[in-house]
Amino acid sequence: MDIFLQQVLNGLVLGSVYALVALGYTMVYGILGLINFAHGDVVMVGALTALSVISTLVTAGLGLPAPVVVLLALAVSMSVCMALGFTIERVAYRPLRRAPRLAPLITAIGVSILLQTLAMMYWGRRYHTFPQIIKATRHEVLGATITDVQILIVLVSALIMGGLLMLVHFTRLGRAMRATSENQLIAGLMGVNINRIISATFIIGSALAAVAGVLVSANYGVAQYTMGFMLGLKAFTAAVLGGIGNIGGAMLGGLLLGLIESIGAGYMGDLTGGFLGSHYQDVLAFVVLIGVLVLRPTGLLGERVAERA
Amino acid sequence: MTALVGRWQALKRHRHAPWAGMLLVGVALALLPFVAEATLSRTWVRIIDFALLYAMLALGLNIVVGFAGLLDLGYIAFYAVGAYAYALLASPHFGLHLPFWVLLPLGALFAAMFGVLLGAPTLRLRGDYLAIVTLGFGEIIRIFLNNLNAPINITNGPQGINRIDPLQVGDFSLNRSNEIFGIVFPATHLYYYVFLALALLAMFVCVRLEDSRVGRAWIAIREDEIAAQAMGINTRNIKLLAFAMGATFGGVAGGLFSAFQGFVSPESFVVMESIMVVCMVVLGGMGHVAGVVLGAMLLATLPEVLRHTAVPVQQQLFGQVLIDPESLRMLLFGVALILVMLLRPAGLWPSPIRRRELTSAAQPAKP
Amino acid sequence: MTTKQRGITRRNVAVALAALAVLGLASCGKKEEGVVKIGHAGPLTGSIAHLGKDNENGVRLALDEANAVGVEIGGSKVKFELLSEDDQADPKQGTIVAQKLVDAKVAGVIGHLNSGTTIPASKLYHDAGIAQISPSATNVTYTAQNFNTAFRVMANDAQQGKVLGEFATAKLGAKNIVIIDDRSAYGQGLADEFEKAATAGGATILAREFTDTTKTDFTAILTSIKGKNPELIFYGGMDAQAGPMMKQIQNLGIGAKYLAGDGVQTAEFLKLAADAAEGVYASSPGVPLDKMPQGPAFAEKYKSKFNQEIQLYAPYAYDAMNVLLEAMKKAGSTDPAKYLPELANVQYQGVTGNIAFDEKGDIKGGGISLYQAKGGKWEYIETIGG
Repeated sequence: MDIFLQQVLNGLVLGSVYALVALGYTMVYGILGLINFAHGDVVMVGALTALSVISTLVTAGLGLPAPVVVLLALAVSMSVCMALGFTIERVAYRPLRRAPRLAPLITAIGVSILLQTLAMMYWGRRYHTFPQIIKATRHEVLGATITDVQILIVLVSALIMGGLLMLVHFTRLGRAMRATSENQLIAGLMGVNINRIISATFIIGSALAAVAGVLVSANYGVAQYTMGFMLGLKAFTAAVLGGIGNIGGAMLGGLLLGLIESIGAGYMGDLTGGFLGSHYQDVLAFVVLIGVLVLRPTGLLGERVAERA
Repeated sequence: MTALVGRWQALKRHRHAPWAGMLLVGVALALLPFVAEATLSRTWVRIIDFALLYAMLALGLNIVVGFAGLLDLGYIAFYAVGAYAYALLASPHFGLHLPFWVLLPLGALFAAMFGVLLGAPTLRLRGDYLAIVTLGFGEIIRIFLNNLNAPINITNGPQGINRIDPLQVGDFSLNRSNEIFGIVFPATHLYYYVFLALALLAMFVCVRLEDSRVGRAWIAIREDEIAAQAMGINTRNIKLLAFAMGATFGGVAGGLFSAFQGFVSPESFVVMESIMVVCMVVLGGMGHVAGVVLGAMLLATLPEVLRHTAVPVQQQLFGQVLIDPESLRMLLFGVALILVMLLRPAGLWPSPIRRRELTSAAQPAKP
Repeated sequence: MTTKQRGITRRNVAVALAALAVLGLASCGKKEEGVVKIGHAGPLTGSIAHLGKDNENGVRLALDEANAVGVEIGGSKVKFELLSEDDQADPKQGTIVAQKLVDAKVAGVIGHLNSGTTIPASKLYHDAGIAQISPSATNVTYTAQNFNTAFRVMANDAQQGKVLGEFATAKLGAKNIVIIDDRSAYGQGLADEFEKAATAGGATILAREFTDTTKTDFTAILTSIKGKNPELIFYGGMDAQAGPMMKQIQNLGIGAKYLAGDGVQTAEFLKLAADAAEGVYASSPGVPLDKMPQGPAFAEKYKSKFNQEIQLYAPYAYDAMNVLLEAMKKAGSTDPAKYLPELANVQYQGVTGNIAFDEKGDIKGGGISLYQAKGGKWEYIETIGG
């Protein structure tokens, strides 16, 4: 039984990681209807920036307590990512708001390649070890183990999702965001500054990406300039699974994807007598995704759009 | 000068002008590999060979994305199916050596079957939901290719399949230099002519399709699916046909890739390859056959141009190499993607109809 | 966008393309007297670019040394020039850069890094009659093609997997083993050979689990492994995954021994896994650097020149280059047709061991050394074979 519980915990942690990244995708998509392919790379920049800051602070030998170092690193990396998100939107997406739908997709891919190459030049090609300045303590829960960092990941992603829901539903900014996502033209006529709202969305999404990057690297202890691509794809899958554009959906999709991967990888081999082992983990995830979308074409929590053009 | 222009205009109006133009282009294309080798190097013939393969892929994807308006991010799967169909049936792996004129159509057929297989569950999906499902489909195919070496060894897993038969008829193999009419044709040149012929055929098919009943049905679906249905178009069959048609192009290109390389492994069919083909279609000009070919040619050769120029240009400008060439190449490639789309959002060479639509369109349709 | 603007941009694009084409032309065809070009190919961008650059550095170091000393081949002084190409670990790019090196008339090639690029490229080098020495491709089929131009200075999967399997059963006494591999050509090849040898040694393979080179979360398969309670976990893969994996093994409280191949026997792994690395066994072809005469000197030179630690295969790339030089010196020629027979019969004392090739081009009886991580260092255990 503890094995099963452990797998569920594994899935929750992995799922929370996906959810954190997926929130950024879903926010941008909700407002612009755009797949921000570069989001995964913003996560990467967040992780590597935090890593640099921590290393500098530790080697500087100021004797700062560990939590302060981490918070400082987080602050710097969030600011960097916010500036980055703002710039990306201004340079690569805003001029294309009226362009054919696929044009911004290509600029997004361009931005992704650009960010990866710049990161490669700045941070080098090797895998970086994320400094372990907080010792990961293990906790035993009903025969399963979980570390501090893992608990933190689950908590932070739950908190952030809650915060985002509050922001979107109970603040002026949130109302403006919802209006913009409903209809940009009308929202503009109602006095909403569309450009500002979209910039704000990108800035918030990128700040989340920084948090995700730091937590992911802290948990796995490793960061490299190509880490964002697959993570981004998985998170995007999670966002679609839950119903893209829907904040609760991103969370649900992320957790579900994490659980599917974890339980799939853990049990598929034994259940099929070794025929389909853990190497088909991603296949299972995609098959579930396709199954869900066949039954519910707009994802689990996505709004049902009337069949219109 | 004016006299010359006048003469030129007169020439252009001449009854035989289109034929003469085609003849000129034909001669130029026929001489291209020799010119490229003489002025640059044989590497460029190989690069052009790959560019032609990408042109075929882009043309196939254009049917799905450009004509029918279905965003497919897993297109490379059909390329993989074609490549592996050829590799498995013409290599020592199973000891089978079927001739290519059986294998290429067979690969196309297989790919078409997979196209329908992918199309069927995605019929109700729209826009980006479709994109992610196709992306997943592409990954599923790659993962199976990578893992089907156990319990029964079908694909030889990550080790890939080696010593695949080249295109050959009897003793005449394209894999080595051959002398024809006293001219020595190296392997790269021979493959160039085969690829060129098939790419031209693909273009011809696409142009003819565009104006056909089916092509107009695809465009109708792209513009407005509900209206298309109301007009009596069987959207299900027509969409499946788009997937199947697009896939056949990928399947043939895959078979050619296998024969040309002599080796296939799953690493060649990753997500990024699918994304690159989408970039070619969109950057060239979605839905426009000539534009798509241009996009494929440019994106397939640009990294290589940058590879060849990164070092000498830096040396001439700064007297030393400041940024290592591979970084600079990726950097400029990313910048190029962004700049082209910013300057020409409809692609480098959009179709005339689409350009007209874009200039008169007021509000972009939200997906 | 107005028509005028569009016209300008179109012209700009055309001008830019023309300029690039002209520069492309200008870049080709210059050749100095007495300069011998040596090719290197490996992934210099992408997720294993650090290893590609590492190989390049190894070759560069060997060539810089040769140039500093001033090598005479066939009575005349030659200067070596390195042409390093990025194959992005992509088979298609592999053949393009191979063609580029062939066109540039290199005298020999060190590379490629991956088996997936090395194999298709080997055909081009063979057709052009240029020697190719791979410092790191381990796939058995590379040298099984009967190419007289294909060599490697690295033990292949079969050689290394066999030693590892025997070590696991005979020395570590493991009876119940779980194998994980990363589904790369290297990881899967090594894992398969390990499985053969371990089963032959009387061990039971409880399960085979899989991951891939883009993953950092292995908890699901590790939890499943925990339930099977093996004595030993074998990993066929690289340090970038093994590092985080060891941490997760520690967190899950799995007590099994951990054994891996040369992809894990790196300084990088020790950093990535930190204290979780303690006790891990890993192998590496050849003899440890500090056991070889010029070994420690090499490690120091590398560090001072490139300002970083050796990542993985740089010593093999360095040896490969020096073996090539040795054959050229012996033959008194940089012409592959002349030096290839010398290369096939070469006897060379490198930093990774004694190098000689068998009739296929594989390294002859190359020993495999085993190490254990202790106190943040790789501690040498023994060398098997060689």
